[in-house]
Amino acid sequence: MTSIGTGYDLSASTYSPDGRIFQVEYANKAVENSGTAIGLKVKDGIVLAVEKLVHSKLLVPGANRRIRTIDRHIGMATAGLPADARTVANRARDEAANHRDIFQSPPPLSTIADRLGQFVQVYTLYSSVRPFGISTILGAVDKNGPALYVIEPSGVFYGYHGAAVGKGRQLAKTELEKLKLSELTAREAVIEAARIIYLVHEDEKEKEFELEMSWISPETNGLHVAVPKDLFDEAESKAREALTSGLE
Amino acid sequence: MDHFPTNWGRPRNDTIDPYGTYPIHQRPKDAFSTGIQRTQHPIVTGTSVLAIKFKDGVMMAADNLASYGSLARFRDIQRLHPVGDNTVIGAGGDMSDFQYLQSILDELMVDEFCASDGHTLGPAEVHNYLSELMYARRSKMDPLWNSLLVGGFKDGKRFLAYVDLLGTTYASSTLATGYGAYIAQPLLRRAVEGNEDTLTKEEARKILEQSMQVLFYRDARSIDQFQIATVTAAGVHISEARKLETSWSFAEGIRGYGAQTQ
Amino acid sequence: MEHSFASPSGHPQPHQRHFNPYSENGGTILAIAGANFSVIAGDTRQSEGYSIQTRYAPKVFRLTDKAVLATNGFAADGNMFVKKVRQRLEWYRHAHSKDMPIRAIARLIQTMLYARRFFPYYVYNILGGIEEDGSGAVYSFDPVGSYEREACRAAGAAQSLVQPFLDNQIYFKNQTPAHGTSHPAHLPLDHVLELVIDSFTSATERHIEVGDGLEIYVVLAKGSTPQVLDRWQGVTEMTTTQDGERMFVIRRNLKRD
Repeated sequence: MTSIGTGYDLSASTYSPDGRIFQVEYANKAVENSGTAIGLKVKDGIVLAVEKLVHSKLLVPGANRRIRTIDRHIGMATAGLPADARTVANRARDEAANHRDIFQSPPPLSTIADRLGQFVQVYTLYSSVRPFGISTILGAVDKNGPALYVIEPSGVFYGYHGAAVGKGRQLAKTELEKLKLSELTAREAVIEAARIIYLVHEDEKEKEFELEMSWISPETNGLHVAVPKDLFDEAESKAREALTSGLE
Repeated sequence: MDHFPTNWGRPRNDTIDPYGTYPIHQRPKDAFSTGIQRTQHPIVTGTSVLAIKFKDGVMMAADNLASYGSLARFRDIQRLHPVGDNTVIGAGGDMSDFQYLQSILDELMVDEFCASDGHTLGPAEVHNYLSELMYARRSKMDPLWNSLLVGGFKDGKRFLAYVDLLGTTYASSTLATGYGAYIAQPLLRRAVEGNEDTLTKEEARKILEQSMQVLFYRDARSIDQFQIATVTAAGVHISEARKLETSWSFAEGIRGYGAQTQ
Repeated sequence: MEHSFASPSGHPQPHQRHFNPYSENGGTILAIAGANFSVIAGDTRQSEGYSIQTRYAPKVFRLTDKAVLATNGFAADGNMFVKKVRQRLEWYRHAHSKDMPIRAIARLIQTMLYARRFFPYYVYNILGGIEEDGSGAVYSFDPVGSYEREACRAAGAAQSLVQPFLDNQIYFKNQTPAHGTSHPAHLPLDHVLELVIDSFTSATERHIEVGDGLEIYVVLAKGSTPQVLDRWQGVTEMTTTQDGERMFVIRRNLKRD
């Protein structure tokens, strides 16, 4: 790391001579250490999936969720520091509630992504604060149909058809690119999402993990909810099958 | 935040605060500061709401009128409002306060949904929340001018209770607000008390329709168009607006109503 | 809509109608202390003006296994007050691992009522139960917290009907004992329950705000036998702790007209 020892990496309010902000780049490292999170925008909905690495057998299964609900129709998956994710999620909920309060209507995801992007960016400006160590995938079905955004530690955000953040993002992106996302149904996308998470996990040779999946589809009435158990089990067993057949 | 624009960006008043020691949140107030009005009275109002328990749940009825004094101002507004999947509330009194309540409850339900912890608020919780809210507001001498019925069905249990602008609460198998408390409540009690576990949905609907008809004949602030909400294990259902069947032919024979024949 | 009145300056000014934060919800409560028991009762009708709001709204509440609070007046204030008292008693339990003694509850209630001296809870409270020395106790309060320990007290809509009856039957006012005998200091439980029921049936006859249902809480001191309750119908035990005091509730119907 060429940045170390130069003194330009001690504060988010200091540029390096070649125009970089090292604190933001370190924040990206925190994201890269985290289990993978992916999001799929398909023709009739959104699917979010997370590879939650379980660092202790003593943890209660299902605890420390990394997929959260922001509003009835908005979901959020994160990779990075779990505590930072809480802060950003609560801010997102406040922004959504604020929009509802003013306009008496559910917020479009573009608005929430924009507000959150501003919020995250502000933490790259001052020496007194540390940038958020998370990348956030936001998914929603709003008045314009399905929408998917990723917000990075720098505060930059883009819209995507398919998104992947965290340790296994490269392989996950390659797999997502192979899919015809705009032709898939949400139900089919759940199967694919599970497969991709299992695949990238195998690739990274990590210890234990828990699969976490949520969706918004015609079946959920436009609500962001956890994938129902029967579909979840089906997707998980198909993901395992795909792994074993792929290894031969 | 100082909400009085006349204070914004203004230098401190040296006659009152020569050394700038006055905290910002209690700057000297201007001539408008006494213009805060809290004690209010209802403006656009809804009249009675009726509700009964029956075999499979709870049924509630309210007409579609919002009056402005004696003027029938809005003739197609909804006074029954679903809260989640197990609860319905019906409101009499000030309609703007009721709409405010709706948005508060909606925000509450979004918060609960986001928690996604496997719990949902049922009618008992919604009623208790409203009673705390209404009592807190009356204690600030800034009431929300409504009488509300909360009905629902959750975990195999029926729920029906009342709360009003004073924070007064009570539960019963038949409830009526406003003028309905005088005109309809006796009819409802005669039909329902003791029969809560046998009344069918159709019988319950008929009881409410007849009571709404009597109310329309006698309550000058009512209208002949109403809705019925039904909450059962299947969830909340609020009917389309329906017309009441009324007959005024009897009036012909009454002096003062029909054509005058001396 | 509002009426105009001439102001002292002679100009007509709009008259602001006043919001009245209080109401009066009828009903009656009473409590009688015995040597080693206490009886606290209330009807269950809640009304406003000539309207019966509901036929069942409890006014008598179990606080601990040895204390019962009856409230009467403005129902919203009453319910909120009971809620706050119970919260304080729970905090006490968490701090001291025991239930607050009734003597302390009485003083707590005074403090809580007086804290609202200038926006009072419009509620008459009667607290009944067993003291730490095992004697039956009744404490009665006014809305701003004045209180005293008594042997019996009636409050509410029919106070003026019931209290003179209790004065006569419990304090033996205007009664002269037969020559060579004296009045008993305490009455037996059986006798007290008869008096309570007679009080409420009579109040129901003569007062429109009393009726529908009757709830009688009976608190027995440590070591006393509940056998006397066997001949009463509709008795439910409410005891929750092993402290020794036992609590029962007797539910009866009153006329509904």
